[in-house]
Amino acid sequence: MKERPAPRPPKDRPGPLEYLRRWPLRIMVGVTLLFLYLPLMTLMVFSFNDSRRNIVWEGFTLKYYEKAFSNASLIEAFSNSLTIAFATTVLSVTLGALAAVMLWRFRFPGKTAVEGGMALPIVVPEICMGVAMLVFFARVMPWPQGLPWPANLGAIIIAHTSFAFPFVATVVRARLASFNRELEEAARDLGASEWRTFWDVLVPHMQPGLIAGALLAFTLSLDDFVITFFTAGPDTVTFPVKVYSMLRFSVTPEVNAASTVLIVLTVVLTAAGLYLQARSEDRKKG
Amino acid sequence: MEQSWRRAKAAFAAIALPPMVWLLLFFLIPLAVIWAYSFGENTGPVTIDLTGTFSNYLRAIEPIYLEIFGKSVVIAGITTLLCLVIGFPVALAIAFASPRAKIWLLLLIMLPFWTNLLIRTFALIAVLREHGYVNFVLEWLWNNASWVMTFAGLQPLGEFEPLKLLYNNAAVVIGLVYVHLPFMVLPLYSALDRMDRSLMEASLDLGAGHLRTILLVVVPLAAPGIASGVLITFIPALGAYLTPDLLGGPDSQMIANVIERQFKRANDWPFGAALSFLLMYLTFIAIALQALLQRRSEVRRI
Repeated sequence: MKERPAPRPPKDRPGPLEYLRRWPLRIMVGVTLLFLYLPLMTLMVFSFNDSRRNIVWEGFTLKYYEKAFSNASLIEAFSNSLTIAFATTVLSVTLGALAAVMLWRFRFPGKTAVEGGMALPIVVPEICMGVAMLVFFARVMPWPQGLPWPANLGAIIIAHTSFAFPFVATVVRARLASFNRELEEAARDLGASEWRTFWDVLVPHMQPGLIAGALLAFTLSLDDFVITFFTAGPDTVTFPVKVYSMLRFSVTPEVNAASTVLIVLTVVLTAAGLYLQARSEDRKKG
Repeated sequence: MEQSWRRAKAAFAAIALPPMVWLLLFFLIPLAVIWAYSFGENTGPVTIDLTGTFSNYLRAIEPIYLEIFGKSVVIAGITTLLCLVIGFPVALAIAFASPRAKIWLLLLIMLPFWTNLLIRTFALIAVLREHGYVNFVLEWLWNNASWVMTFAGLQPLGEFEPLKLLYNNAAVVIGLVYVHLPFMVLPLYSALDRMDRSLMEASLDLGAGHLRTILLVVVPLAAPGIASGVLITFIPALGAYLTPDLLGGPDSQMIANVIERQFKRANDWPFGAALSFLLMYLTFIAIALQALLQRRSEVRRI
């Protein structure tokens, strides 16, 4: 574990507040991390296990990956999920950034109500939003059936954007709080138009917030099961919905393999996102 | 410093319209439709008459549904309490770690939060099921103990009975804690990290032990963080659908499962709509309660 600070002289005793260097808390942190990681680790390790019973190590194999990759419906679900997540990210970042700028910059009647409305998708239970979307796309605005891919995913993309963009707005607004408004005025005084000021002064400042928001929207969309479960049709299955139906039948190593791929993908994306964010923050500082 | 919308109407419209229209059309209207349906009646297989009846709400407070509401609140409450008991020491340790260790530990706590909920639940099933890893280890221990006992000339233990760890209420609580622990640790950490440490040092210097310092100094100072951690854990746990569905038994259904059944199987949308709104009101009550407590604690500090 990486929690150990730099090597210390042998007689250095933990300071009064260095709780991490006291054994009861060390054990606590260790056990918690084990609890969080052991199930995921075993899932990943046993996706390479050459046994259907899935519990005793019988030797290394890649056959479940082959099976998963040749399972057409699983691949389709996977690409649906990625497409939805990508479209949701683009829409949510746009809408979320606009919402953040609106709430940060303007004073207008009913602002408190709008702020409350924007916070609603964050606090409303997923199941309520799921059934609302089900009814909306069944009765109010039926999404046409049999559209070509990716237009058939529209309903799910809309539903995901509705819950993801307020999260983006929150993140971007927090970033905007540190903006020096005099910069905007300076740009305006030097003759830049409203649009140019927005694009050349405000957007670059928002950038770390936009990256963090994009990362959040992408994972929220990729992760969502409940809302998708209520909006997905038989021909618009996403990866979580597919895994759910596979789990209903039996726990197969194929699901382990597919899950491992998704875990690795999320970890890589998160790392890339955090790196980009840190870099863009550093650049802003320097 | 905010600009009045009147002074830049065109810019305001360009910025405000897209998110406001989206929110109205694809969020508020769907919710409003559900709300209207909760006062409706099924008159045919696909027709619902908005008659303004309260019968759906009256049905929702019948004992069997009240019991499910009560059970959901209890399960979410136990989950929140367990998350707090586990999360507090962890957050404390992270808040007082060296800057490098802090970043790594926070990342380690966050990472499972980024992995898919369904995959995490599935991983937990593989650990807990009858032929899962927990029972495997227990069986191995049992057989070894049995062998040791025969060796010592005692009666061997009987046949190993795998523990039924899945499909009951305990499994639902374990699953919810597993999923929601990061939600609790992060707000606790940020509250503890911002805390004025000189107060703790003063308490320790004046002879209070660590436990006393934590209970009488740290906990009151971190109260707002604890309150938001509790809220942020309790709300999703109360409305959880997937965890009770996959890990619970027939008697561990929570509200969300009942709502799902009304919409997907029983086809009783008005009743499902009423249950959804009751769940939402419960959520809002929890939020209002937290805001009230927060304000009270702020007033007291002044």
